[in-house]
Amino acid sequence: MFQVRIHGRGGQGVVTAAELLSVAVFHDGLYAQAFPSFGSERMGAPVVAYCRISEHPIRSREPVMEPDALIIQDSTLLNSVDVFAGASAAAYILINTSRSFADLGLAEFLADRQSDRNLIVPASEIALRHVGRPMPNAALLGGFAAATGLVTLKSVLEAISERFPERIATANIAAAQEAHDFVLNARREVEHA
Amino acid sequence: MLRQIEGSRAVAETVAACRPAVICAYPISPQTHIVEALDELVRLGKIEDCEFVNVESEFSAMSVAIGASATGARAYTATASQGLLFMVEPLYNASGLGLPIVMTVANRAIGAPINIWNDHSDAMSQRDSGWIQLYAQDNQSASDLHILAFRIAEAVSLPVMVCMDGFVLTHAMERIELPEQSQVDEFLPPFVPRQLLDPNDPMSIGAMVGPEAFTEVRYLGHMKQLQALELIPVIAKEFESVFARRAAGEHDSDGLVTTYRIEGAEIVLVALGSVIGTIKDVVDEMREAGSLVGVLGITSFRPFPLDVVRAALKSARKVVVVERAFASGIGGIVSSNVRTALSEIPVKIMTAVAGLGGRPITGDSIRGVVERAIDGTLPELTFVDLDDELISRELERTRQHRRSGPMAENLLRDLGSR
Repeated sequence: MFQVRIHGRGGQGVVTAAELLSVAVFHDGLYAQAFPSFGSERMGAPVVAYCRISEHPIRSREPVMEPDALIIQDSTLLNSVDVFAGASAAAYILINTSRSFADLGLAEFLADRQSDRNLIVPASEIALRHVGRPMPNAALLGGFAAATGLVTLKSVLEAISERFPERIATANIAAAQEAHDFVLNARREVEHA
Repeated sequence: MLRQIEGSRAVAETVAACRPAVICAYPISPQTHIVEALDELVRLGKIEDCEFVNVESEFSAMSVAIGASATGARAYTATASQGLLFMVEPLYNASGLGLPIVMTVANRAIGAPINIWNDHSDAMSQRDSGWIQLYAQDNQSASDLHILAFRIAEAVSLPVMVCMDGFVLTHAMERIELPEQSQVDEFLPPFVPRQLLDPNDPMSIGAMVGPEAFTEVRYLGHMKQLQALELIPVIAKEFESVFARRAAGEHDSDGLVTTYRIEGAEIVLVALGSVIGTIKDVVDEMREAGSLVGVLGITSFRPFPLDVVRAALKSARKVVVVERAFASGIGGIVSSNVRTALSEIPVKIMTAVAGLGGRPITGDSIRGVVERAIDGTLPELTFVDLDDELISRELERTRQHRRSGPMAENLLRDLGSR
């Protein structure tokens, strides 16, 4: 079982991200369960959604408390929400930001962690360029595929194209592809360092 | 067809495949996605000869369903929480008149205090309404139980509530085998009403009945529930042969209950709904560690399968009923039914109230309950994960001041100051 927790704010497509990830995993032939943390949703409020991935049917309905991967859609949450709660040192951390970990004040926190699993991607910037709105969710899923290898990019793109009307899907697919390549390059740089 | 799909959407598409003629609903969280999807399916012409009636309240939703069903139309609606309470008066009429309406209840707490999240207080409040009540443990069974519900409803001429945990199931996306139209058509023949309002052959339905026959009408309603008790396993078997899967869970299931690792179990947990999945994970872990634990899931709460529950629990030494609702002033609701089933059997029955108003029921909490049941420290009635400090502060406040103020607001203020 691999458990993903996605943090973001209302209006950033956090729940959609978890659902898209589950559909992509389904296309890869695995079991997935996506569900939101059930708050009264409103624009800007912190939102959490979960996705479990497994080779076997998933029975548990508890929230993800010990995530194997974290996707942080909005880096301003770092100051207000304990987004890293329950994450082990081996957990993947993927943050949507144009800044560095040091700029985010995370250098010390991340020092003890598995370095090739700490990743950043400017998903909002990429989305703005392709989609015309800073909607980072689809791009982050491309980045997630590159970061973890748990889901294929092909299936992520397929999930995006099924979900949205053609024009929006095409733009989000381009964003996911670019974020995927960005993260893949970042991983190669870490490996070569 | 195998799909990765939201629970609500799966239910909507399944209901559509059951060829309802009238769907009426008033939106309320967490039921909204179901009726929105059905509205869209009707609008797109995906359900033949079906009318979607947008009503102004739940009272009207049930009234329209009653009217439609009485004219021989297969009728469906869905609601939750306060919405269910608002339709209580016509709800009793639907069962009293013997109209085979199917309704989804996306289980949600009841106010006050206002709470939009999941528990079973809404459906449990209507356990004596004369409706059949089926509880889904995952979204596959939520989908399947709706097909079963129409068959059962029309076979015995009683309305059926399919209860699924609000948000936990309605908003969860998972892998579901959606029924093929041809399978549903094979399993569910067109509705032939037992009584029919027809302007060409006028008659009345719903006459006043005095003491001379009221008891008999009620008794016949009870007989229908008992008839359903016999029929559900038969219809569930038929479902299995048409759809090549079990209707109410992948494990040992007869449509009335599901059992998981109860063979040789000294402690059996009894539960309804989505918590059964979490419990199964805990059972596997504890079995591996040597504890003899199992779980009995109740699918049909009304009619309540006394004999089947007795047979499943007769070898257990301790039974813990995990309930997502309770009756103030006495305790467990499901527990008292389980107690009736086990009245002749020397077994200790305990109630663990959990998951009220959307509080997640974690595997750790369930494990804690089982461990306390094993070592004998679990009281007869316990509230899982209760915040004792929050309660004692409020109790202290009420002791000190006559005007201690509104309870809910006090608790929220205390929480905020932590």
